[in-house]
Amino acid sequence: MRVPLSKIARPGWGIAFDTRGNSADLSALSLPERVCVPLQQHIGSAATPVVKPGDRVLTGQPLARAAANRLGAAVHAPLAGRVQAIARQPGPGRTGLAVSIESDGTDERWPGYTAHRDPLRLSTSALRSAVVQGGIVGLGGATFPAGVKLNRGSGVDTLILNGVECEPVISCDDALMRTDVDAMLLGAQIMLRILEADSCIVALKDGMADALQTVTTALQTLADDRFSIAILPPVYPAGGEAQLIELLTGREIPAGGLPWDSGAICQNVATAAAVAHLLRSGEPLISRIVTVTGAVVAPANFRVRIGTPISHLIAAAGGYTDTSSRQLIMGGPMMGIELPDDSLPVVKATNCIYVPTIDELPATAAELPCIRCGDCATACPAHLMPQLLLQAQATSDTERMQSLGLQDCIECGCCDYVCPSKIPLTRRFVAAKQELWDIAFEKRRAAKARERIAARTTRQQRQQQEQADQLAAQTHNVSDTDTAHQKLQELLQRTGADREDPS
Amino acid sequence: MSGRHAPHWLSRNTVPLTMQRVIIALAPVTLCTLLWFGVGVISNLLLLVLFCAALEAAALTLRQRDVRAGLADCSAIVTALLLGLTLPPALPWWLLLVAAVFAIALAKHVYGGLGQNPFNPAMVGYLAVLIAFPDDVARWPQPAFAGMDQVDAVSAATPLDSIKMQLNQMRTMAEITAQPAFGLLAGRGWEWINLAALGGGLWLLRKQVISWHVPGSMLLTLAAAYFLLFAFTPATQPSPVIGLLSGGTMLAAFFIATDPVSGAASDTGKIIFGIGVALFCFGMRTWGAYPDGIAFAVLLMNTAVPLIDRWTAPRIYGHRERPR
Repeated sequence: MRVPLSKIARPGWGIAFDTRGNSADLSALSLPERVCVPLQQHIGSAATPVVKPGDRVLTGQPLARAAANRLGAAVHAPLAGRVQAIARQPGPGRTGLAVSIESDGTDERWPGYTAHRDPLRLSTSALRSAVVQGGIVGLGGATFPAGVKLNRGSGVDTLILNGVECEPVISCDDALMRTDVDAMLLGAQIMLRILEADSCIVALKDGMADALQTVTTALQTLADDRFSIAILPPVYPAGGEAQLIELLTGREIPAGGLPWDSGAICQNVATAAAVAHLLRSGEPLISRIVTVTGAVVAPANFRVRIGTPISHLIAAAGGYTDTSSRQLIMGGPMMGIELPDDSLPVVKATNCIYVPTIDELPATAAELPCIRCGDCATACPAHLMPQLLLQAQATSDTERMQSLGLQDCIECGCCDYVCPSKIPLTRRFVAAKQELWDIAFEKRRAAKARERIAARTTRQQRQQQEQADQLAAQTHNVSDTDTAHQKLQELLQRTGADREDPS
Repeated sequence: MSGRHAPHWLSRNTVPLTMQRVIIALAPVTLCTLLWFGVGVISNLLLLVLFCAALEAAALTLRQRDVRAGLADCSAIVTALLLGLTLPPALPWWLLLVAAVFAIALAKHVYGGLGQNPFNPAMVGYLAVLIAFPDDVARWPQPAFAGMDQVDAVSAATPLDSIKMQLNQMRTMAEITAQPAFGLLAGRGWEWINLAALGGGLWLLRKQVISWHVPGSMLLTLAAAYFLLFAFTPATQPSPVIGLLSGGTMLAAFFIATDPVSGAASDTGKIIFGIGVALFCFGMRTWGAYPDGIAFAVLLMNTAVPLIDRWTAPRIYGHRERPR
């Protein structure tokens, strides 16, 4: 069977990166002696622990479940061993409760999951609840709980399997497609079934020749006519969800909406594979592929248990080289976060550990004034005009910032990258967004307070009215209207006088 | 941990690099002007660079800004070069100073310095002396290649000026262009200066310092306007070739109207800006009092930039309408 293949033209926006030298080999990695599993590794709320210090846990056993009725995901024991502590620990980008487990070296599997020979015969609700229980989140880096995104009846007709990996230096998705393609495609079929969608586009990047070959061959064997392949140009951020949906379907996520409002959703290739591992082998999300690259002796991709200290990966990659900048970045050079040291654990979001060489990081140049060159507007994938946004931000003109689309900024960093004046635009816009958010929060609070006061005033007025009515009714019973009125007046005067009387 | 934030990679492009590339791209036209108009061009340029840099430093000091960084961005040098190439050679030094004061102190720093000026500083400086001292500024020497065949040092009207004058004297274009002062295409010397500016401009395009939108729309509109009138009245209307290769056309198209600070922000906006400059310039050349209206045209379009920016903001992803 011929697999439909389309090649997407280079968009006007974004930054074209040369992605040479990415290593896609999957290297062996020993189990770490101890892991530290943060309870919040996803968008939403932290998970609630279900184990206590001293417990023996088995590989894959739930450590914490998603908080009820809230956006979140469960976390599981990445290896068998004893829970040493559940305490606040620094994690990549976030400090919070984490479960420390010391490995007993057995890697004994928890028997609580069923392995299904043919998961596609399960009901959609069973499939979906398995995804939720398995703690599966988007593995592209955003870690949105997959169960929430795989929503039946959301009107999604197209599933995009995102293997574009548009940030330079990262190659974990490339490695996954090359080594785990069957799981990836089964996972995609499961997702299609849950979504009741009828088409799936496998998106990869121009230059991933081996992965393309592997995926094509696998699709030919699978012979599922819902699948097609799209090759994206090596432009950052073509693999961003909103941009990928636009490039592949011509549709856009409406402003303020969610991806599925466009009728298409993206799932990372590794997320799809994780779904398949869960249902076919009964393995929840306890490992992922991580790229270790940059100034390390032997850059490689590893399949890493969640919670493994980053230092373990660095050691497996042969350690730092002499040209290392001694800085650690989790993620890519465009959106990655800087880590304070390599003792932090790998989390579900850790797609890459990048150690820049000294000359890869720009010297911190002094910021110059904006010369309105417009390179930022050309690069912006959301079609914003950062140069005008910056002007509005400088004068704290929140209304103008909003009308210029501050909320539509996807924080990709393209504007910073191209800016000849080295203005940290993205950071400013993120701060401005936060400010707008705070203002909106304040407004909501004030509105609520106003409502409360208004309600109290009406209540008091009603009570007064009732009292007055009662009084009037009583006086009406004993005398005629005139005297009643007179008495009421007297009464009111007296109460008024009482109030004025200081004693 | 150094407190770095994403993106961790930045392009190598910087403001000084951009300005330096503009300066490099100005080299051919500078050389050509020098060859045709002699050493007076050099003294102009040197004095202007000196004045502009000194005024920039003084203004930055007064405004309590970083003088070194302000000078290092090279923007004052670009302004000085553009002034030096638009003003006739061997002007008295004080006239150059007046031009520099208008350009750097008034047009640039009064508005807040680099990036804040609504008007093109070089054009403000040029027009200030053109309006205040029209006789000095209209007086260009007879172009003579490398000082050879220079009959006398008497000044002569520029080709555009001379066309305007002679057309008023009821001569036809055929008669005018037959004169040796009209060279091969569009006036001796001037045609080569414009071609040199075109060459430098194309290099800037290739280096992506400027985009095609302003020069493209401006030159096309100018050519179309010249062609329309020329097609109907060839006897009394200069040809598109003369229109494109005389006066400051090419310098303006690639080096002046492309100034990002005082220009439109979006690509559509840039196209409108270029069309506007061309139309104003053509109108002034054809029916106005000045032989070359390009400086006026640029400043007029500068005033329209806020409006153009409002009209031409691109539609944001996920929105139905353009931002207002």
